[in-house]
Amino acid sequence: MIRVIVPQHLRTLAQVRGEVELDVDSPITQRSVLDALEARYPMLRGTIRDQITQQRRPFLRFFACEEDLSHEPPDAPLPDAVRSGAEPFIVIGAIAGG
Amino acid sequence: MSQVRVLVGTRKGAFVLTSDGKREKWDVSGPHFAGWEMYHLKGSPADPNRIYASQTSGWYGQIIQRSDDGGKTWHQPGTPAGAPVVPGPPKSASNKFAYDASARPLTTHQWYDGTQRPWEFKRVWHLEPSRTDPDTVYAGVEDAALFRSTDGGENWKELPGLRGHGTGPKWQPGAGGMCLHTIILDPSFGSGEPQRIYVAISAAGAFRTDDGGATWKPINRGLYSQYIPDPRAEVGHCVHHVAMHPQRPNVLFMQKHWDVMRSNDAGDSWQEVSGNLPTDFGFVIDVHAHEPETIYVVPIKSDSEHFVPDGKLRVFRSRTGGNEWEPLTKGLPQSNCYVNVLRDAMAVDSLDECGVYFGTSGGQVYASADAGDSWAPIVRDLPGVLSVEVQTLA
Repeated sequence: MIRVIVPQHLRTLAQVRGEVELDVDSPITQRSVLDALEARYPMLRGTIRDQITQQRRPFLRFFACEEDLSHEPPDAPLPDAVRSGAEPFIVIGAIAGG
Repeated sequence: MSQVRVLVGTRKGAFVLTSDGKREKWDVSGPHFAGWEMYHLKGSPADPNRIYASQTSGWYGQIIQRSDDGGKTWHQPGTPAGAPVVPGPPKSASNKFAYDASARPLTTHQWYDGTQRPWEFKRVWHLEPSRTDPDTVYAGVEDAALFRSTDGGENWKELPGLRGHGTGPKWQPGAGGMCLHTIILDPSFGSGEPQRIYVAISAAGAFRTDDGGATWKPINRGLYSQYIPDPRAEVGHCVHHVAMHPQRPNVLFMQKHWDVMRSNDAGDSWQEVSGNLPTDFGFVIDVHAHEPETIYVVPIKSDSEHFVPDGKLRVFRSRTGGNEWEPLTKGLPQSNCYVNVLRDAMAVDSLDECGVYFGTSGGQVYASADAGDSWAPIVRDLPGVLSVEVQTLA
């Protein structure tokens, strides 16, 4: 079971509270986790990755195990602790005022 | 008894304001989509319960929302809340706005510094539902292009003839971005879905199609913009908004960056009608529901000072189709007021005594139930208002 935390606005959009738990087929990567997230919650398509380019949206970053994974290749394996469910994969929005 | 429903998009959510035909007491619902920029909401003339909304965010991109019950509940078209997930590729992508590069090469446009930049989708500025089919809706987007959905907003296809007009490399963004912000469907021209459509783009100008969107022509003759190298260029003008009365479809009114303009020949030529306005900079322009020669603007001090002049919030009305303007001030603040009124933030209802509505950057939404003679705030303290539309309900 993969644990995913998304920002508050996206939790509202997907109508979920707290963490999301996903069954994800191996390999466990950014791409496979986000594919599974979007399959479960189609309303999130385009909100984390651009619909056309599939690139991470510029004001979002990916963290896990206190590491910034934003610039890791999308098909790189996620840390063992994420794969085992011990740690969540976190999507976080840039902090800004206004 | 008649009702009116005012749809308000703000920088931090949407609000639905309803009243009976007297338009004195209002019920306020919202915020819907709290925290999101709501660029525009508009109801279908063919089915007033059908409302489309553009929900957008610099973080999370573009979302299209739809209500089928007059704004009580909302969903993303094709993605009903709680619907079972079917394996396989998505059947719809209501927030997918892909430029049609197969039909027309995706050219470049001019950037602020004069260099060329590729087209890149950013957000939907304006949604224009069909007058006859609730499932057909047009979207004006940034970077400027026109999209259409014929399945209730589930899937969108570009009408690439506009972007492919050939002048694209001369289009450039205004301060708000290179947005297609005005869509006018001419009900008198052709049958079924309109063959004649007007659009306006900042900063490219106004365009018209007479064949349902296949081909377009710029309609900017008579515009004079001293801030571009050729002030009378075919394209490059920063048109802020265009309005048309459905009974007089060849007559158009335009609030340009500077100048209020009028066309009597479907945009083929324009004449300035700024007349005695205190300043002819502004964003909104609209037409009385029953008097095609009565028009409204809200003059703004200048392009560098986006607030009303002299600290006075004044709507100006012309009953002569321009040139002669009267200030409407009753009920509006006449001192220490420094708000702006953005291009899609004015609308009229179609009750016997025409109602006029507008929203401000300060979060007020004002209503007049007597065609502008007097005003009262419906709400005073919303987030900054981006758009105001009105539905007149039987």
